[in-house]
Amino acid sequence: MKWLSVKWLTIYAVVYMVFLYAPVLLLPLFAFNTSTIIAFPLSGFTTEWFVGLWHTDTLHTALGNSMIVGLTTAVLSTLLGAFAARASARFTFPGKTGIVGLIMLPLVLPEIIVAVALLVMLNQLGMPLSLWTVVAGHVLICTPFSIAILSSAFRGLDRELEEASFDLGESRWGTFRRVTLPLVLPGVISSLLITFTISLDEFIIAFFLTGTDVTLPVYIWSQLRFPAKLPSVMALGTILLAVSVLLLIAAEALRRRSARRQGIDTTLAGV
Amino acid sequence: MSGKSDMQDDKTPMIEIRDVVKKFGSFTALHGITADIREGEFFSLLGPSGCGKTTLLRTIAGFEPTTSGTIAIDGKNMADIPANDRPTNMVFQSYAIFPHLNVEENVGYGLKTRKMPKKDIAREVAEVLSLVDMEGYGKRKAHELSGGQRQRVALARALVMKPKVILLDEPLSALDKKLRDQMQVELRSLQRSIGITFILVTHDQEEALIMSDRIAVMFEGQIEQLDTPEGLYRRPVNKRVASFIGVMNFLSAEVTDQTETHVTLDMDALGKIDLPRERLGDDASPESISTVGVRPEMLTVLFDQSDWSQNKVEGEVVDTEYYGDMTYYKVRLPGRDAPLSISMRNTAGRSVVPPGSSVTVGWGAESIVVFGD
Repeated sequence: MKWLSVKWLTIYAVVYMVFLYAPVLLLPLFAFNTSTIIAFPLSGFTTEWFVGLWHTDTLHTALGNSMIVGLTTAVLSTLLGAFAARASARFTFPGKTGIVGLIMLPLVLPEIIVAVALLVMLNQLGMPLSLWTVVAGHVLICTPFSIAILSSAFRGLDRELEEASFDLGESRWGTFRRVTLPLVLPGVISSLLITFTISLDEFIIAFFLTGTDVTLPVYIWSQLRFPAKLPSVMALGTILLAVSVLLLIAAEALRRRSARRQGIDTTLAGV
Repeated sequence: MSGKSDMQDDKTPMIEIRDVVKKFGSFTALHGITADIREGEFFSLLGPSGCGKTTLLRTIAGFEPTTSGTIAIDGKNMADIPANDRPTNMVFQSYAIFPHLNVEENVGYGLKTRKMPKKDIAREVAEVLSLVDMEGYGKRKAHELSGGQRQRVALARALVMKPKVILLDEPLSALDKKLRDQMQVELRSLQRSIGITFILVTHDQEEALIMSDRIAVMFEGQIEQLDTPEGLYRRPVNKRVASFIGVMNFLSAEVTDQTETHVTLDMDALGKIDLPRERLGDDASPESISTVGVRPEMLTVLFDQSDWSQNKVEGEVVDTEYYGDMTYYKVRLPGRDAPLSISMRNTAGRSVVPPGSSVTVGWGAESIVVFGD
């Protein structure tokens, strides 16, 4: 009975993994394929699609736009998230549960609703659509993630540590710089990375709220209309995949190292 | 002890606490505290949890502003001075060792704030680490230290600042009994040798008695009694203090007669006694006396006829607790339900009297403490 359940669990796990990752693995497979048609059998190895990306100026512009939006969103939402996380971890104030709940709400709101609502509002205000309106939308949906990550970081911070620093003659700013920041830094890095990643691949809000400047997902979507461009999209996807994986590994390694230095257990708790 | 304190009273106290009130919303944590703490003194704030002792310590440190009243340190009013500008340093209950810094960096933290040159910091840190017996641990991280070592680092971090006052918030409560006993003695002798004023917050009466020059016993945001350990133990001002400090047998009593110099008390089970009036204390009138107390070690189990005692009463042993060096007896006296606690030092040739035995209990008039309502 026991070996049977273990066996079925194993099969389930394998099927699950295949379902999850096989499509992703198809991406690099076809990115190096010579044919423009996405179908088996593979016709031969080439790097021309990658070379092609190098010479596509509209892609570079879209990538640049995405970087601007992603970095700005990451910094703004992490900053806002830090304020909210600090307040909710340290202080009690009337209506705290309701306020925190409202801030976290965009996490579960359908993005298309958020996007349409923002579009209507911006039109009413007469604000022209640009990358900055995309940033505003992205900050709205990224801040809850940032709060969730940073709350655990701030909650794990012993209040007496900051008092000890203050007691030893350090100023409030000095205490933040020498004690608070180093101790919540792993959380801050996690937050920056995750909000950046969310912004980078967010499509709906970017599609609705941008003007003439397109972000990378919007550019990719526009390319999908041309079958001949499919292998380039595959190549682009492969690069994005590799970069994301590397970034995540780097961030996790960094987080574990700093946690180990502080003698905290290095499991993924709270991230 | 009293001669010494009379001498010191001429000097300006290191800390003057005047009518300090602290409210948290509708809750009043401190109800008008007034006390003087002398320079070089080991002073303890003793009381049960929630009595306001930690709040008082935190107002001295500058972490909590007072609602009203003043605190002056070394003659200077602290009202507008934040914690980082006060001549006090704190040893926290959790020790609050910075986890991202090693021992040296922790101890040197405050000196770096003062912009002291690196070389001087290193020297000061090495000096203070040797003072607390932590040489060779400079490169260790907080998580590589035992509880006792963290406590030493926290103390070193405060000492290195050479503050006028060191504040200790239950610094020994996280340690096991044996280490705690050892640290009590060490901390006390360290304080004596460097002469800095220490203020210790503790709920452990034994700890306070062992370490302190003077103790303020606090209940519900007020200082009930401020005295030397011996004064607190021998002359507690009321029943609450008496039962918080050590063990006390309470007996109901009333005044049956009084003369110019003496009052006669009739005590439950122990009988009548004449006490000089000065034993009643300053504000206790004979009419207010309702209770007397007597410490377990002030009572004696008389083993044979040759044992002398001022007063004697017959009783029956109902229980014994044997501690090796001491034996605690519970002795029931005729006409009294609650047995008396009596502690006896065990000596050669005397074995423990088993429960059920009839014994004679001896006591002296000097051992009786009188309480009003």
